[in-house]
Amino acid sequence: MLQHSLIGRLLLNDTGSRVLTFCCIALAVIVPVCNLIIPSDSEFHVSTYSVTLIGKYLCYALLALSVDLVWGYLGILSLGHGAFFALGGYAMGMYLMRQIGDRGVYSNPELPDFMVFLNWSELPWYWQGFDQFPLMLLMVFLAPGILAFVFGWLAFRSRVTGVYLSIITQAMTYALMLAFFQNNFGFGGNNGLTDFKEILGFNLQADNTRNALFIASAAALLLGYAICRFIAQSRLGSLTMAIRDAESRVRFMGYRDEHIKLFIFVISALLAGLAGALYVPQVGIINPSEFAPIRSIEMVIWVAIGGRGTLYGAVLGAFVVNYAKTIFTAWAPEVWLFILGGIFVFVTVFMPKGLVGLYAQLRTRFSRNSSSDKLKRGSTDEK
Amino acid sequence: MKSKETILYLNDVSVSFDGFQAINNLSLYVERNELRCVIGPNGAGKTTMMDIITGKTKPDTGEIIFAENINLIGKSEAEIANLGIGRKFQKPTVFEQHTVHENLCLALEGDRSVFANLFHRLKQPQIEKIEQSLEIIGLTNEQYRLAGELSHGQKQWLEIGMLITQNPQVLLVDEPVAGMTYQETEKTAELLQNLARTQSVIVVEHDMEFVRLIANKVTVLHQGQVLAEGPMDSITNNEKVIEVYLGG
Repeated sequence: MLQHSLIGRLLLNDTGSRVLTFCCIALAVIVPVCNLIIPSDSEFHVSTYSVTLIGKYLCYALLALSVDLVWGYLGILSLGHGAFFALGGYAMGMYLMRQIGDRGVYSNPELPDFMVFLNWSELPWYWQGFDQFPLMLLMVFLAPGILAFVFGWLAFRSRVTGVYLSIITQAMTYALMLAFFQNNFGFGGNNGLTDFKEILGFNLQADNTRNALFIASAAALLLGYAICRFIAQSRLGSLTMAIRDAESRVRFMGYRDEHIKLFIFVISALLAGLAGALYVPQVGIINPSEFAPIRSIEMVIWVAIGGRGTLYGAVLGAFVVNYAKTIFTAWAPEVWLFILGGIFVFVTVFMPKGLVGLYAQLRTRFSRNSSSDKLKRGSTDEK
Repeated sequence: MKSKETILYLNDVSVSFDGFQAINNLSLYVERNELRCVIGPNGAGKTTMMDIITGKTKPDTGEIIFAENINLIGKSEAEIANLGIGRKFQKPTVFEQHTVHENLCLALEGDRSVFANLFHRLKQPQIEKIEQSLEIIGLTNEQYRLAGELSHGQKQWLEIGMLITQNPQVLLVDEPVAGMTYQETEKTAELLQNLARTQSVIVVEHDMEFVRLIANKVTVLHQGQVLAEGPMDSITNNEKVIEVYLGG
């Protein structure tokens, strides 16, 4: 009963959450059914390409959630969340590389192809154990978590805030990108990690595996949403927003604001890492371009367009922008960035609360109109 | 006598910023349950003094002793706040996106750690404490409004209410009536006088009328030092004070 009411409080007690929960569950059921059961000549059939595409959106949505948690609630504009996403993705990628075994081009049972190509004779220490699924899972959270902890500890303790913090998050992800581009850094250089064969013994090209990953992504999104909501609804969440609005007041009330910021930042990085780990087996590649500053800025734009500080707005933004990206990059790839920039400017100027805010704005306008109608009618009645 | 016990003691405190001596060998005693006003011309070091007491600024020399032998030097803002020193800023600083009730809820004394707050639930005595604070500051009817929607005076009271809920032993209040109407000023005076029954209250103020209204003891700061100290009447008749501040 308690659990039931807790789930209700986290996922069902406002319109946005109800719609999101419903959509997640509906997608997780309908898409696999339409892909696996409905025959491919039916118009209700969903192609495997679409399953992967929507699965990718689900991962982006989870990533957007993590950005919203630090930006919308804590007020930290992170322009480096791509780093946490990519680290989670690389951890998964390393596991998938080790699963290739001797099926690689060079048929080396131990070393991934790029290491053989570089004439390495043995596996570097940091690749040890990545053939084990549990260790990989641990690293999916540990790698981004530790980076966020160290970065946050240094930044928040020295009270770096605002635009300066944004710039150093950007520098962080840029530095990592340059490092991962190096061949001798040991992560496949600019080609990254690819040519994956299987996960947990299941063929990655098989429809069943693809659908399982899809369902896992939907479940992860819902779980991530529930975690964010749990934090947002707690007194810690209330404090988080208080830090965003008047940090010194929080400090003079006796709270260690830097501890609260660090906690939220690390949780956010863990969610981003999980999103990256689910993304990589679906798209089949991870390379240093995921660390590129532009990628992190895009994530912020998803959240801005969806509407920050609501969580479901971030999910909506991720879906809308990425769907638009899929369409426009197929139609005219060279104009996509201009369109994205244009939308961003438009949203910032005319819809500061994003799509979610626009909906709320329209609703209050309509209800105000109807109530003023009533008022007018009331006054004429009196006459 | 118990009520004459010293709660806060600044001993020979100095601080300078880039060669400017903001506080110069300042010594000050505040007793338990005292309402003290600190006045002084601009640049006398009033706000800097508050910054030093609350840990925002580190003094170059001197010591600050709170209650029984707790040295505040080197402690962080949060540690000092948790020891029992509350501070109200000059500009009303409340959480504008939170309701009045939520503002007070965050101020409640208790465990300040991350995990305690993640799993925090309001308990009956805390609910009563909030109701009590709401009544004292007269915002019971506004408790579910966003703090950002309140008038300037109401925000000032809310901030004082947050300090009450925090239950400090010493309350530092920076220019509480700046920008208030006459009625609001009177109500604030009453509020602070009531508070001083159970806490020590230090008010930094520019407005001499207000100081006259509430103070029994006034400290005049000038160039980072105590120029005069005593009851309001003796202060207004003190020639040095008249020279630097009142008469000009």
